[in-house]
Amino acid sequence: MNPLPSEEYVYKCTTACAGCTSSLSLRYVLKAAGPDTVLVVPACCTSVLQGVYPATAMNVTVYNIAFAAAAATASGMAAAFRRQGRPTNVICYAGDGGTVDIGIQSLSGAFERGTDFLYICYDNEAYGNTGMQRSGATPIGAVTTTTPAGKTDTKKDIDRIVAAHGLPYMATACAAYPQDLYAKVKKALSIPGPKFIHLLSPCPPGWRYPTERSVEVGRLAVKTGLWVLYERVHGELTINPVSKVAMKRPAPIEDYLRIQGRFRGISDEAKSALRAAMEQQHRRLLAEEAGSC
Amino acid sequence: MLTTATGNRAVAAAAKEARPGVVAAYPITPQTEIVEQIAAYVAEGSLEADYIPVESEHSAMAACIGASAAGARTFTATSSHGLLYMHEMLHWAAGARTPVVMANVNRALGPGWNIWAEHTDAFSQRDTGWLQVFVASIQEAYDATLMAFRIAEDERVLLPVMVNLDGFLLSHITQSLETVDVGDFIPPFSLPHAIDTTRPRGYGTLTPPETYYQFRWDMERSMRASREVIAETEAEFARRFGRVYGPTEDYRCEDADVVVVALGTLGKEAEVAVDRLRSEGVKAGSMRLRWFRPFPALDLSGREVVVIDRDYSFGFGGVIAHSIRSTTRAEPYSVIAGLGGQEVTYDDIAGFVRRREAGREDWFGVSD
Repeated sequence: MNPLPSEEYVYKCTTACAGCTSSLSLRYVLKAAGPDTVLVVPACCTSVLQGVYPATAMNVTVYNIAFAAAAATASGMAAAFRRQGRPTNVICYAGDGGTVDIGIQSLSGAFERGTDFLYICYDNEAYGNTGMQRSGATPIGAVTTTTPAGKTDTKKDIDRIVAAHGLPYMATACAAYPQDLYAKVKKALSIPGPKFIHLLSPCPPGWRYPTERSVEVGRLAVKTGLWVLYERVHGELTINPVSKVAMKRPAPIEDYLRIQGRFRGISDEAKSALRAAMEQQHRRLLAEEAGSC
Repeated sequence: MLTTATGNRAVAAAAKEARPGVVAAYPITPQTEIVEQIAAYVAEGSLEADYIPVESEHSAMAACIGASAAGARTFTATSSHGLLYMHEMLHWAAGARTPVVMANVNRALGPGWNIWAEHTDAFSQRDTGWLQVFVASIQEAYDATLMAFRIAEDERVLLPVMVNLDGFLLSHITQSLETVDVGDFIPPFSLPHAIDTTRPRGYGTLTPPETYYQFRWDMERSMRASREVIAETEAEFARRFGRVYGPTEDYRCEDADVVVVALGTLGKEAEVAVDRLRSEGVKAGSMRLRWFRPFPALDLSGREVVVIDRDYSFGFGGVIAHSIRSTTRAEPYSVIAGLGGQEVTYDDIAGFVRRREAGREDWFGVSD
């Protein structure tokens, strides 16, 4: 595997929590994107972790914008850059709340109108910046501050919603697999038009596990099959080998649930629902991949 | 060139003359004709711009902010609920110092659904940091839109500008229009803080109490400086194109004992009422307020004042009446008239003047 670029665009002085995987992932995203990049950031953890004015931990241009507005801002920005003949990458880096909930309208609009940009949803499955309230991306059974008895609804399937827009490129990724994330960002940015990457970002304070276990939690999400790594290029689906293995010989989902305080006391019903949603997703993806080949 | 146009077409023609690089807009009655016309200009190639057909007004303003930050002149248009839906982004556009120009076709707010003229939509954006001008003719809609770009983009201002025209009463009527060859009246777009990825910067970064107020003060400093820029721009416009504008349009005010203050088309209607009253021996004048933000310094000393508000701040009063009261020593007779397109004739306005009573508020048509 090729070594990653040594340039750093996220310095070590972020104000992120210990063990934060969204800031870790951002390092790799920006190594792939390079310096001619504008990061458009709606309200989310990244609004805070980039530092406090006049200091910044970021060595690329960061454009902060209101919660619901990231994708629409990117539409205007990309149009202005292309009109001036500038190849600048426009990358939205948004949390799950800003993507699947309050930002979904502008996201859908930007995809539909063909904006030339990459939208990355780093998904820690709750409103992390405000102290872990449930979002549409919170999985069933997970405790958040607004679902103290565990969430009773299933996680919104944003990937199928995004897929319905017929993007030239979309992928899933996980913070525990940075090489894969790097390669996917590289590929996405080589393709004109709207692109989407859904990045699972384990969150120690929100998911309630020790800070040193972020990578382990991310790997378990993939190895249990609860999080599937894949990419869809011009409609052709390729599932990552690690996920193919997980679909055939999954690690027990209890291994993933047990180390996270948010799933403590999860009901058997919620666990069954998690498993059922996972198995349904596997069937769908395998059938699609078989059809794609 | 002398032609005829609706208010909407005049605004679109002026926006085209300013050569925006990006127009992001969403349709809403009675503004729709503006964005339809701009879409047509782009489609036929007479305007080389990106027309971004966004899915909401919130996104329209977000796209304008992004495009402006990336170095493009931007324009949009909206009305009523559309303006309210983009309210959050109006604050953002001003705070981000993106000199977006927007036409707002003034329209009432629901419920019930009402598509006719009222100024509450614009006044609800009072504290966003936008400059706001109100026009009273098709020609003025065109001229004010042209001047808006130069004022907004002036380095002493760098705040967005809203050009307000009354729904239907201006947007959909046809008057004569003298278009201009704008030449270098509007300089090429140049934003001093535009994104330059070779000089990475954080825009809108988390700003703590120790520094936040400095950005707010800087906005106010620019708002204050905009008075001079507006005056310069209007003077330059008059020199080049021969039409004279100021913070107010005064009609027979020199020797007036009583002055009617109103905005938009009601201000024009008031001029006819003034003629009527003069023929009856009442020394009346009309002072049509053009700029709402920055609010001009008005000289009303020694006169009685009748203010007509096509708006209302519930639990408080007419917005203009209270603005006059707080910025001058006048104690106006406040009339709330024209809400939701309620018809107000020059005879009605003459009646307001005859019935005037300093310090009193009346709602036109309400008798209880």
